[in-house]
Amino acid sequence: MNLSYDDADEAFRGEVRAFVAAALPEATRRKVLGGFELDKHDMQGWQKALHRQGWGAPSWPKAFGGPGWTPVRQFIFDEECAMAGAPRLLPFGLKMVAPVLMAFGSPEQQQRFLPAIMSGEDWWCQGYSEPGSGSDLASLRTRAERRGDVYVVNGQKTWTTMAQYADWMFCLVRTDAAAKPQAGISFLLIDMRSKGVTVRPIRLMDGGCEVNEVFLDDVEVPVSLRVGEENKGWTYAKYLLGHERTNIAGVGLSRRAVADLKELAARETIDGAPALADPLFAARLAEAEIALDILEITNLRVISEDAKGDRRGPGPAASILKLRGTEIGQAISELAMQAMGENAMPFDRDRMVGEVAGNRDDAAAAATPVAAEYLTLRKTTIYGGSNEIQKNIIAQTVLGL
Amino acid sequence: MDFDFTEEQQLLRQTVERFVADRYDFDARRKIIAQEPGWSRAIWSDLAGLGLTALLVPEAQGGLGGTPVDALAALEPLGKGLVLEPVLASAIVAATLIESAGDAAASAALLPDLASGERIFAPALYERAARYDLSAPGTRARRQGAGFALDGAKTAMCGGGAADVFLVSARLDDGLALFAVPADAPGLLVQRERGYDGTPVATLLVDDVKLGADARIGADATAAVARARDVAVAGLAAEAVGAMRQTVALTADYLKTRQQFGRPIGSFQALQHACVDMFVASEEAWSAAILAAARCLDPDARTRMRAVAAAKATINRCARLVGQKAIQLHGGVGMTDEYAVSHYFRRLAAIERLFGDTDYWLKEYARAG
Ligand SMILES: Cc1cc2nc3c(=O)[nH]c(=O)nc-3n(C[C@H](O)[C@H](O)[C@H](O)COP(=O)(O)OP(=O)(O)OC[C@H]3O[C@@H](n4cnc5c(N)ncnc54)[C@H](O)[C@@H]3O)c2cc1C
Repeated sequence: MNLSYDDADEAFRGEVRAFVAAALPEATRRKVLGGFELDKHDMQGWQKALHRQGWGAPSWPKAFGGPGWTPVRQFIFDEECAMAGAPRLLPFGLKMVAPVLMAFGSPEQQQRFLPAIMSGEDWWCQGYSEPGSGSDLASLRTRAERRGDVYVVNGQKTWTTMAQYADWMFCLVRTDAAAKPQAGISFLLIDMRSKGVTVRPIRLMDGGCEVNEVFLDDVEVPVSLRVGEENKGWTYAKYLLGHERTNIAGVGLSRRAVADLKELAARETIDGAPALADPLFAARLAEAEIALDILEITNLRVISEDAKGDRRGPGPAASILKLRGTEIGQAISELAMQAMGENAMPFDRDRMVGEVAGNRDDAAAAATPVAAEYLTLRKTTIYGGSNEIQKNIIAQTVLGL
Repeated sequence: MDFDFTEEQQLLRQTVERFVADRYDFDARRKIIAQEPGWSRAIWSDLAGLGLTALLVPEAQGGLGGTPVDALAALEPLGKGLVLEPVLASAIVAATLIESAGDAAASAALLPDLASGERIFAPALYERAARYDLSAPGTRARRQGAGFALDGAKTAMCGGGAADVFLVSARLDDGLALFAVPADAPGLLVQRERGYDGTPVATLLVDDVKLGADARIGADATAAVARARDVAVAGLAAEAVGAMRQTVALTADYLKTRQQFGRPIGSFQALQHACVDMFVASEEAWSAAILAAARCLDPDARTRMRAVAAAKATINRCARLVGQKAIQLHGGVGMTDEYAVSHYFRRLAAIERLFGDTDYWLKEYARAG
């Protein structure tokens, strides 16, 4: 038993740290650390910078152009990037559709799509959820009818993150209405510029519009853009679940959030002293940070197992990491609100947007990102398989209940 | 022992309930929020017409001479409607501040306008450094000729964005003084904003604001500020209960209608129990609101302090639980601005931090012994 990273991994950490320090644009870093809104340019710019370094797809094997890092190195990479204020790499292309293409896509599909994902050229979004199908995804109703060598797709997707920027959407559609729900689903790649695709933003309670409704009206999709076999889409979709384990817990992000919180709590005062020195506040902070320390160990346990090849694929590990990771992230944001006291109130989303964001210095500019973070993090226990669904998985697969 | 409202109180409650149902449904509120300044003078006049602005003002100054229990009856339905207009700020907190200062001239000058709704008053007691300890502000008052000059910074997160007059606390000599400062006073920089809960808030920069002798309300304001804070907690608790009850109702409704896996999600026991936790919390919150209303003016300091501290600590815990679980049980819909539940969540989050967060009141309760 040894909890330390080996020398090579430590050296790797140093390399990542140095690279991020040199390559991350100052404006982007300031936005991330200030909690301001990132635009497509910020996110894509960072993806491209990583790509130039050969790190555009940290989780991919060498065979597909990735660096072939061990899960431990991927974890280190994510942690360093998060701590340094780099934008989070969007998972939709890199971690969701890419593994499916690698496992089930045709060679043509792999050649056409994978390089553009890695380079940041193509932006992907995930078209799974529908108004009537959230947790019960297999009930989805968007249908695709085969007409010669195209599918004609009709229906509606919703909660589609960043669809407003997307070039492509990977999409679950019903191709056999008569079959059992899971058995009639296919996995299509839809060009967002196709005729009949309409994207409408949904405003969330933090004032931002990161999600959208996507309407599909007689959208023609070439049959060559179906991944794998017809009616096997559910298998491919499930392949995704539980695939992500190095970053699902968001340890790096929560580490940075704790660091930010400590700075905040050093500036704010309780009973005439820094909030950090207040025994009650300090205890609450310690509680959150302890949970995070333990989460990190749990996460490293999981990926060390994976590295040994002992077990891979969906399992309770991903559910545990998702449950605790999201709960801890939310707890940290609650403490930031507490640290600000009544001064957390003034809220003006405009103060979080654009170049001016970081240059304002008033009550709303200081408070808005903190409150927005508290509000938006409520989503983390809802999406990606809600925490109730994660508990159902553990109850069924581990405890046999 | 009697937990019932009097007939007058029941009538008051029903009147406000009806007003909210008729005039302040979610769409009406949305329209108000969508425009500047984010609250409505017309609604304010209507609320004044119902007597709400006069509730705690003594009859001698044109008020109804009501009690915190009357306020409980009136504010719970206002909370249900998430009413944005500053009833708590002006009619509850400011009215108590002025009235408790025991200054006949100031009361005669200010309370009739407050009672009629002609002018809106908001407390400016909180400061970033002193936080929930309202007895020791950093803002200072100097004597200047017959009058005063004030310097400092305040936050007015309870209705401040709608105020015509701020009641500003400041250190004077070795004591605490209270001043009525018009929002347009030279030297007063009022930054009006919306809170994340949509309510009108303000931060104040007080830069050599010159005031006449008559701007000061009463002599030492320590007791008046403490009393107003205690009454504020009771009012806020009442509002919180209304918001919680509506949140529970919205959520239970949603669980009955939303279908997943071929049945209403309310058939899943995990969700039933979560919703029951919300309901239980809303009942605890009502007990807390009653406790605060009944005892926030208790002459015995320990009794009063324990009641107010217990009430606010409980309200805070319950507000968080109810708000957070409501979003979770709604799934993605709960995150949207369009659907009502996120607005309740936001207001409940704000309530958790107004007039004392949980840790502050836990310490006060322990201190009371
Ligand atoms: C910010 C955000 C971004 C998103 N991004 C995307 C995206 O890019 N692409 C995409 O396809 N989707 C996305 N989603 C959708 C997300 O995956 C769904 O919100 C999620 O699956 C839950 O579905 P729902 O919202 O319909 O809630 P519902 O499924 O209706 O759930 C409502 C409540 O019921 C609970 N529940 C449901 N079934 C059970 C059960 N059997 N047992 C116990 N409890 C249960 C849920 O946990 C939840 O608390 C996003 C959602 C959000 C909020």
